[in-house]
Amino acid sequence: MTASTVIEPKKRSETLYFALRNNKLRIGVLVLLFFIVLTFVGPMFTDYEPYQFVSSGAQPPSSEFWFGTTTLGHDVYTQFVLGLSSTFIVGIIGGGLGTLIGIVVGFTAGYRGGVVDELLNILTNIVLVIPALAVLLLIAAYLEVRGIIAESLFIGCLAWPWTARAIRAQTFSLRNRDFVDLARLSGMKARKIIFSEIAPNMMSYLLLAFILQFGGAILTAATLDFIGLGPTEGISLGLMMNNAVLWGALLLKVWWWFVPPGLAITAIVGALYITNVGLDEVFNPKLREM
Amino acid sequence: MKRYFGRKLLVYILTFVLAVTIDWMIPRFMPGDPISILISRFGPRQGGYEALQGYFTSAFGLDVPIWQQYLNFWRALFQGDLGISIYVFPTPVIDVIMRAIPYDIALLLPAILLSWLAGNNFGAIAARSKRLDDTILPLGYILTATPYMWLAILLGWFFGIVLGIFPIAGAFDQSIPAPSFSWLFISSFLVHWFLPFISLFLVQFGGWAIGMRNMIIYELEADYSHYLEALGAPTRLVRRYAFNNAVLPQITGLALQLGVVVAGALVTEVVFSYPGIGYLILQAIQNQDYFLLQGCFLFIIFGVLLANFLIDVAYVLVDPRTRMGMQGEVG
Repeated sequence: MTASTVIEPKKRSETLYFALRNNKLRIGVLVLLFFIVLTFVGPMFTDYEPYQFVSSGAQPPSSEFWFGTTTLGHDVYTQFVLGLSSTFIVGIIGGGLGTLIGIVVGFTAGYRGGVVDELLNILTNIVLVIPALAVLLLIAAYLEVRGIIAESLFIGCLAWPWTARAIRAQTFSLRNRDFVDLARLSGMKARKIIFSEIAPNMMSYLLLAFILQFGGAILTAATLDFIGLGPTEGISLGLMMNNAVLWGALLLKVWWWFVPPGLAITAIVGALYITNVGLDEVFNPKLREM
Repeated sequence: MKRYFGRKLLVYILTFVLAVTIDWMIPRFMPGDPISILISRFGPRQGGYEALQGYFTSAFGLDVPIWQQYLNFWRALFQGDLGISIYVFPTPVIDVIMRAIPYDIALLLPAILLSWLAGNNFGAIAARSKRLDDTILPLGYILTATPYMWLAILLGWFFGIVLGIFPIAGAFDQSIPAPSFSWLFISSFLVHWFLPFISLFLVQFGGWAIGMRNMIIYELEADYSHYLEALGAPTRLVRRYAFNNAVLPQITGLALQLGVVVAGALVTEVVFSYPGIGYLILQAIQNQDYFLLQGCFLFIIFGVLLANFLIDVAYVLVDPRTRMGMQGEVG
């Protein structure tokens, strides 16, 4: 124990050293930072509301309307920067809840074992095979008023199984290590063992799981919004694409309407994936050589 | 093997029961009394509020106790009774769905299988070959991060409108009266099928290529690979063994991806007005045809469960360990 605490500061700087040198991580984080800054700064450069009629329809990008206008005469830039914040909200709340449930189920199943594990396993497998979007469609269709928070929570409630599975497997392999046995022998409570002995050894793993959940939640929300079952108030990137298709952006060649929202989602999710791989290489020395 | 299938079947049956229960519960127990909202919406359209109230009461079986409503729902389900569609009134929902299913199969089956095969092969070739890896890996990450509908929109806009090579709406030319086995119909069908197919294919391709590349690298680092190399086995042989081992998690991955792929197919159909389940769902939502929506939900669940089962069978055929009762990936 004392040996590891002595090594700790050195090890941390080593991780940081590899993190700063990892190209995938650098690219991924830079792209994400760009969009996060745009989410906060972007709305300052517009005086319009997302559904305000600002000009005659289908104006191409110009110095006045940076991203052009929709066929309905709305400003695309305004919708885009406000839609970005919905995307991040869904990612944080939906991805966060998905990770949280996954952690609780995974730790409990992996540490307890036996009947508890067996039952949680069946539950995990059931939620795993049900296509999340189908359930979301059904719930959303019956809701008169849909908010972005509720949407995120529903997404999180259906997205946890693969995380739970992965964390269960990791917990399983950690459970019988000597230091956990020692903690158990010393009379530590199960919850304390999980949080003070097992979880710290999986921190990097949990971070990676959250990143993937974040990206997954964004894609699910975009799909749901695109079908027309997104939030009833406000704007999102998926809703922009939905409107573009419904109001003939393809036929009228209004590409500036549907290119920005899809590009942003692809860039954000792609950057998350690349960050994930980069972090994996940083945490796992075996992968570094690539 | 018996244990393997026994467990799988138990999960699938429980899932189906849960799905039917959700399908039954949501209209009844959602806040805001959806059924009265339904009635008030259709009231002016089909005349007579009372007649409609009676229809819904009998259709939902609201005049009997809750537990009996639930049993009646199951009985109706086994008789293939999913209610009457409002969108194409008064066709039974089951008939509307049955007409859409062939288009879904024609789109999904080739897209899933071909992208899986192509993605795995490209990924395996790309692993540990510097030049290919540098192109396939970034491309794969971009493709797998792309929302299905966005790629569909882009392809439809570019190939359909800008270049004008492919049609971007429907499954065949409107001038053809009905599907038949004529050359005219088949060529028209293929031309309409291509863009939805290729956009489904491409997004999945990226994911499989990355997955396979990573698995191969992992397998090439395994002891058996190093041992084979030490024995002087040709690289091709080592890579073939690596591929055989790496393909197993990819089969499991296929089962896990099904839900996402189906969701992707739904939105792709929406973009191209392709008359499958996805397009039906859009119509159901826009026309507030809840029976149709619920029927589509059940069919999606059923389809995914069936596909999962087929993948399980494939897994047993491919992995001898599960056959020998050594349990392989039962966990």
